[in-house]
Amino acid sequence: MSIKWQRKDLLGLRDLSKEEIELILETAKSFREISLRPVKKVPALRGKTVANLFFEPSTRTRISFELAEKRLSADTIHIAASTSSVVKGESLKDTAHNIEALKVDTVVMRHASSGAPHRLAQHLKASVINAGDGINEHPTQALLDMFTILEKKKKIEGLRVSFIGDILHSRVARSNIWGLTKLGARVTVCAPKTLLPNQVEKLGVQVTTNLKDAVKDADVINLLRIQLERQSQSFFPSIREYATAYQIDSKILQNAKPEVMIMHPGPVNRGIEITSDVVDGPYSVILDQVTYGLAVRMAVLYLVSGSTHQEEAQT
Amino acid sequence: METNEKRVLDEQDIQRALVRIAHEILERNHGTQDLVLIGIRTRGVYLAERLKKQIEAIEKGNVPLGTLDITLYRDDLGEIGPHPAVGQTDLPFNPSGKIVVLVDDVLYTGRTIRAALDAVIDFGRPKAIQLAVLIDRGHRELPVKADYVGKNIPTSKAEEVILRLCEGDAKDEAVVKRRNA
Repeated sequence: MSIKWQRKDLLGLRDLSKEEIELILETAKSFREISLRPVKKVPALRGKTVANLFFEPSTRTRISFELAEKRLSADTIHIAASTSSVVKGESLKDTAHNIEALKVDTVVMRHASSGAPHRLAQHLKASVINAGDGINEHPTQALLDMFTILEKKKKIEGLRVSFIGDILHSRVARSNIWGLTKLGARVTVCAPKTLLPNQVEKLGVQVTTNLKDAVKDADVINLLRIQLERQSQSFFPSIREYATAYQIDSKILQNAKPEVMIMHPGPVNRGIEITSDVVDGPYSVILDQVTYGLAVRMAVLYLVSGSTHQEEAQT
Repeated sequence: METNEKRVLDEQDIQRALVRIAHEILERNHGTQDLVLIGIRTRGVYLAERLKKQIEAIEKGNVPLGTLDITLYRDDLGEIGPHPAVGQTDLPFNPSGKIVVLVDDVLYTGRTIRAALDAVIDFGRPKAIQLAVLIDRGHRELPVKADYVGKNIPTSKAEEVILRLCEGDAKDEAVVKRRNA
């Protein structure tokens, strides 16, 4: 791997080249082993401060980032919107300047508005890592999904990957589509018409509303949670009707390839997009995704934190 | 070999030095009991693999071999950018209670070895750590000394010492080269 990481921020996979994505995945391989050591810690980010800014609820992404930061020896602070001055009406820009005043090196940010981390990144000298922005991107989730595919299938190029579920609201699907198509996978998205973004086929993916089509030739099935909190409008008549047409159960998997792999970014709604026996079954790699996520986030934190030094040296 | 390079070790020199170091390791530690080798990426790993073969050819017994990448332990990570690539570390044994022989290609400032010592101790508490290098070129910046040295090659700081090994290069040789020449 000859290229070096030059970016201050990781905002999305849309902007990254194939080589940059491969660099992150390659780096993540080396970080996997750290979590298996008796002392699960390396001094790489000693003396660096990372702020985790979560303006939207998150359990696994926040914990995964927090653990990744600690295993790299960074100092961490956590700001959840519900307990911060955001509820007092502080603007994103003012929050940013306060973070800057505290000499934070890296900000990990989740926000309900698409583009919020991009805006923060423009205002900050610190690195910004997007931990999910609105319905736009969730780059570290897509990277860990790709890492899981690489670990289990040993390649990405040429594989058929199907996304099933709420594509419309899914930043996970968007980041995955950008990343996987750059790495040469053949992506299919499957959902009821109301949960498909307009002109989604322009992203270079196959589109279907028929679950059997999405399952039949897939090497990897990545399920997306029905985001019950975003169902203020009716995108489908009832949860039950959705489950009847789009649920992955052991019966539909009889049409799948024998070596098919089931992924899910979590949290899983058992009994809606997927049945319990499939979650816990032999095709599922859902918990491997969580484990690999840690290595991927360590790799991203390491790479991004190397990018700001040159600038500092000049000033 | 390029024209601005001076060869200081050839294939046979390297082989002889490794055979001698293998004997010295066995002599000093009275055999292979509790002995493990850890190669420092990248060329230290190739040298450790060769030493393992030599040691096992001289005395029966299996000497476990590990691979160490010290990038995350470097003392200049906060100063250099972009961050260097991280290689994989693989220690298929617990070093606690073992005699660890660290193997590297060229000993220079001693900073790599300082990082390696910290890294190994994160995996356990060895009975002892010893250091084997193929070339010692001087200019130490830390109090580090090798226990086993293939060859001492006095150099100036303006020079570069390059070890090539056929595992990753065309052939075995060590050369001294002027920087930016």
